[in-house]
Amino acid sequence: MLEFILITIIKAVVVVTVLLLTCAWMTYAERKILARMQSRIGPNVAGWKGLLQPVADLVKLLFKEEVIPGGAQRALYLLAPLLAFIPAMLPIAMIPFGNKITLFGREINLVIANYDNGLLFILAVASLSVYGIVMAGWSANSKYSLLGGLRSSAQMISYEIGIGMSLIGIVLLAGTLNLVDIVGQQNVWYKWFIFRQPIGFLLYFVCAIAETNRAPFDLPEAESELVAGYFTEYSSMRFGLFFVGEYANMVTVATVATTLFLGGWQGPFLPPVLWFVIKAVAVLFIYIWIRASLPRFRYDQLMKFGWYVIIPLALANILVTALIDLL
Amino acid sequence: MSEVGLTSFETYFPIFFQIVLAIIIGVLMFGVSAMLGRRSKSRVKDEAYECGIEVTTDTRHRFSVKFYLVAILFIVFDLETVFLFPWAVNYKQLGLFGLVEMVIFILILLVGYVYIVKKGAIKWD
Repeated sequence: MLEFILITIIKAVVVVTVLLLTCAWMTYAERKILARMQSRIGPNVAGWKGLLQPVADLVKLLFKEEVIPGGAQRALYLLAPLLAFIPAMLPIAMIPFGNKITLFGREINLVIANYDNGLLFILAVASLSVYGIVMAGWSANSKYSLLGGLRSSAQMISYEIGIGMSLIGIVLLAGTLNLVDIVGQQNVWYKWFIFRQPIGFLLYFVCAIAETNRAPFDLPEAESELVAGYFTEYSSMRFGLFFVGEYANMVTVATVATTLFLGGWQGPFLPPVLWFVIKAVAVLFIYIWIRASLPRFRYDQLMKFGWYVIIPLALANILVTALIDLL
Repeated sequence: MSEVGLTSFETYFPIFFQIVLAIIIGVLMFGVSAMLGRRSKSRVKDEAYECGIEVTTDTRHRFSVKFYLVAILFIVFDLETVFLFPWAVNYKQLGLFGLVEMVIFILILLVGYVYIVKKGAIKWD
């Protein structure tokens, strides 16, 4: 019992630390890659080739003044960043990032929580971040915040339906919601669910980009019209919490895509954890690549796309999958 | 399923601990920045950001009813997804019966969907 508690605590602390570090250096990677794609240099002052830029950013954010606008609803205004940050840290607990390993004669499962409804937990927690955004947008008493928050919440709930529906094809084929089992069923490359559910993967990825408010669906923070969207009035680490939460959500999307569609930690020659990292980083790179390549949608296009294309397509995907599975 | 004999403590403690850890980290980051940042008050700083121009009116106006409609439609379709999940998990056992039932269920919703589209509830212009 005590041993189990201790192992769980160590696993959780290590994974969350890695997640936070990934978020920090992902901001650096994003700026650097975007810069390269636009023939610029990107951050290169702090540390060797700018590698310490995230540290500099963190220190700056920590020492900034915290301003609360006069008209704000203080309690909601202060709670919102935490509500955006905390749910973003949770889904990673369900993700199996490697096979069982033996350490000091003990068999350790490389997943924090081996939970039978893992996929449902991830979807449920991921949708919680809407609360933080609505509260941030409404409480600050600023027009930009309000518009950004409204847009963002409408967009997120629209595409959340698509996320849920796009994953049903996999659940149907796998017959389980346990992520450890789902990875176990993809033990050869042609059994990866991306080959059995190509439309499901596309739908999931598009919806996930919209859900995390990233380009080309980054309307809530469309700088040219809304300044910074729902976090316009936030400063210092309160702004930072929103920021880290957003990046943590991106990492979650990448790891969920890896686990569900790309065979998780399965792969030849290299150690399982390395395979997992390679696949997740590849998905994150595509994220950044898309941001560098595509222009932003207009808001009515975005809602039209969500309701007229994604939802019917996802429903059709479910029915076709069910029919093929039956035959 | 994959590991038979997991007690409910072993199932739920990791989730519980992850939530506690997330709250600790969040509050810590919040607290450290509150201690380190300097503070000064002024009337101008109290105002909401409006591109440097003086704030004209209060923010809490009426806004487009479309957002409200989207939220209501979301509930309908999200509930549908919730019904789809247990069906998908048990699909292998249900077989043809499951497929026919789900086709009927989705068709009923499709009628609602067509009605929404025809009414223009999700038209944004």
